[in-house]
Amino acid sequence: MNHPIKRDHSRFRKIIKGKIRDNLRKYIARGEMPIPKGDGTFRIPMPSIDTPRFRFGDKEQGGTGQGDGQPGDPIDGNPNEPGQGEAGEGEGKKELEVDLTLEELASILGEELELPNIQPKGKKTMQSETDRYTSIGVVGPDSLKHFKRTYKEALKRQIVTGTYDTNNPIIIPVRRDFRYRAAKSHVEYENSAVVIYMMDVSGSMGDEQKEIVRTESFWINLWLRSQYKDIEIRYIIHDATAKEVDEYTFFRTRESGGTLISSAYKLCRDIIKDDYDPSEWNIYPFHFSDGDNWSTDDTKQCLEILDNDIIPSSNVFCYGQVESRYGSGQFYKDLQGKYTEKADEVILSQIKNKDSILDSIKDFLSKGK
Amino acid sequence: MNTMTRPVDGELLRLKEEIEQYAIDYGLDFHPVVFEMCDYDTINILAALGGFPNRYPHWRFGMEYDQMYKGYAYGLQKIYEMVVNTNPCYAYLLSVNNTVDQKIVMAHVYGHADFFKHNAWFKNTNRNMMDVMANHGTKIRRYMAKYGQGRVEDFIDKVLSLENLVDVDILFDKTDFSSNVSVSDEVDEFTEDEGVSGPLKSFIRSKERWNNKQKKVGKKEKKVKKVDFEKLPTRDVMLFLLEHGPVEEWESDILGILREEAYYYLPQRLTKIMNEGWASYWHSTIMTQKAARPSDIIHFADHHAGVMQMSQKRLNPYKIGIELFRDIEFRWNSGRFGKEYNDCTDMYIKENWDKKCNLGRQKIFEVRKTHNDITFIDEFFTKDFCERMQIFTYKHNPRTGRNEIDTRDFEAIKQKLLQQLTNFGSPIIRVESANDNNRGELLLRHIHQGVGLDIVYAAETMKNVHAIWKRPVNLASMDDGKEIKYTFDGKEMKVVGDSSGGGQK
Repeated sequence: MNHPIKRDHSRFRKIIKGKIRDNLRKYIARGEMPIPKGDGTFRIPMPSIDTPRFRFGDKEQGGTGQGDGQPGDPIDGNPNEPGQGEAGEGEGKKELEVDLTLEELASILGEELELPNIQPKGKKTMQSETDRYTSIGVVGPDSLKHFKRTYKEALKRQIVTGTYDTNNPIIIPVRRDFRYRAAKSHVEYENSAVVIYMMDVSGSMGDEQKEIVRTESFWINLWLRSQYKDIEIRYIIHDATAKEVDEYTFFRTRESGGTLISSAYKLCRDIIKDDYDPSEWNIYPFHFSDGDNWSTDDTKQCLEILDNDIIPSSNVFCYGQVESRYGSGQFYKDLQGKYTEKADEVILSQIKNKDSILDSIKDFLSKGK
Repeated sequence: MNTMTRPVDGELLRLKEEIEQYAIDYGLDFHPVVFEMCDYDTINILAALGGFPNRYPHWRFGMEYDQMYKGYAYGLQKIYEMVVNTNPCYAYLLSVNNTVDQKIVMAHVYGHADFFKHNAWFKNTNRNMMDVMANHGTKIRRYMAKYGQGRVEDFIDKVLSLENLVDVDILFDKTDFSSNVSVSDEVDEFTEDEGVSGPLKSFIRSKERWNNKQKKVGKKEKKVKKVDFEKLPTRDVMLFLLEHGPVEEWESDILGILREEAYYYLPQRLTKIMNEGWASYWHSTIMTQKAARPSDIIHFADHHAGVMQMSQKRLNPYKIGIELFRDIEFRWNSGRFGKEYNDCTDMYIKENWDKKCNLGRQKIFEVRKTHNDITFIDEFFTKDFCERMQIFTYKHNPRTGRNEIDTRDFEAIKQKLLQQLTNFGSPIIRVESANDNNRGELLLRHIHQGVGLDIVYAAETMKNVHAIWKRPVNLASMDDGKEIKYTFDGKEMKVVGDSSGGGQK
């Protein structure tokens, strides 16, 4: 449907993104991305523009509520307000806290950053089966029991059979009241993809830099997972030498020493050669470093490996340079000098601090490769 | 009415007629109600637009929509119903709802429709608002075409900043909002004689308004916008700026348009608890006594309980409203009112008091006619009720960083409630002088009733007032029991050292 409000909506989105009406910028309240809260729920940002009005100061405000408790007891408050909304009323909630599946999260990411869908290469060879719990059945394991449905069935049955006593309203479900969430599964053929993360763990990469890499790779994985049903992820760490590690080690190792980037690229090349045939796999090498390579000779060697092996077999090669306390290294400029015109195959991004993670993700993923 | 919605038919139409008849039998009286079915996207759109499918273009409707659809998409909120105060009264039903929900909503809507028609605060609302809003949309679109979308939108943003600076008492003043602006009697006669429709009147008025103003300025010539001091102080800030501010024709028209819309929504903001309470009282009564089939009951109870759910952070107007109406009905049925009952000190007698007056129904009909939320709470929120509902006040404790229960003391709670409801929760601000300091500066006064202003917001708001008034804007308020005066000169907001020297009053 094409109601004029869609134009209001896109105008609002443009204001939020800072493209128009710059004078409203300071009234914008927003969290950019869903923030994981650690318990499976996410905070979804509700960008809003707060029109200034005369209003009461907050500190003297407080409010009235209802429920048990003594003076001094904390109230957590249920952020989900009950009731039906009357149009044109009240101040909307600015944030939602919800359980999200990773798919939903990825779609929010895609929408927020306006990411294009990836055009995969290769045949659809991977077989995958997906289950979705979309219906209700009368049989199933206890772990999938739907309590509310079961309760309702039991209540209905007791009322109908006259065993429901309003003075002693106990509901006892019996076998035939039980309802279970039921799954429907279907098989899909998918493109296969592999992500190879390489991280520089030399002495100059501190905890903050690793945190940035970790956050960034979380979102990249999320997005690629939403694009490819099954995805393999390999991790390489390097200082002067490179080795393949598991995910845990990848994010937690603290090494020290010099930096020879070529060591990682060699290992990456070997992994691709051994395990992933470029004609069947979508290959995504990501490399994060502070860019402080040991010698120009090594850089030369890196470029050679990239040119001859990695770039030809990959969908796109991504290099993210994290700024460390020693500043930003030379490697970014070396790559930039060589690959500016090859922007389709090599994506470079500089990550100054945590706040620029989003921009960097956008750099990497907005090509739709 | 438009292509997004379709009229109810079949089974639902039959149910509608059935429920309507129940409502009439109970004594509810309303303008005709037109139910339209729509999908969730449409209801989100309509809700974002305040119930009217045709509004002027503005980003804030897009923002509302953004929040509505996100809330729906993540399964956190769902709009069950929407009803628009017009004649006929439009109500929207969500097509995916099951029949029980639809019945509840219909019964609920008849409650609202009755309230719209009879509550005193709605007496003067324009029931042709569908057309008026659409006209406003057309006009503003034209201004946008002529002066640029950005420029017009920017002005609208500034005016929206003043949207809550309205005078509640004006709701009783005159019948026609679009008219009440310096329009001479002849115009009144002209429009009524010719039988011109409301929306058209609203259009004619904006022209008249301008011509009148031009005349005034013309007559007094160089005397620089001599302001009518008899009208001061005034709380109708938008009207004041429209009449006396140095604004262009289109700007004054937009001020008038937004003011008219603000006053249209004002009664609903003043009667949230009563309106929802009344509608809930009737959906509950109609469903439990008439409309619900045995098989509907569980679902009804589930739905009703969801709507009535209370929270520790906020009182649910539906719940407080319905319980107050029920309490009033009970008290007037059993005769628990008046001197004799209040003076009775024997708790046993009081507990079992029953004079069999049976005045309950009559009383609640009366109350829904004459009260608004403040007087409703003031008169009927009793200690008994407060304790039964387990209400408390809470406060932010800066030491622990949490909100904590403050007190369960009845007087304190009532005080807090009344304070929250005063002037629909907005600070009372009025224009006191248009020639403050004898320099054509605007003096606003915040009528301080115990709670101070948020000064960051005030500064931004004054900036917007300044953009319209184009001369320094001053704001008098209280701080720590002392008078304090701020001034905004176009660049920054400053505290004026000694306010007694100024030329106020």
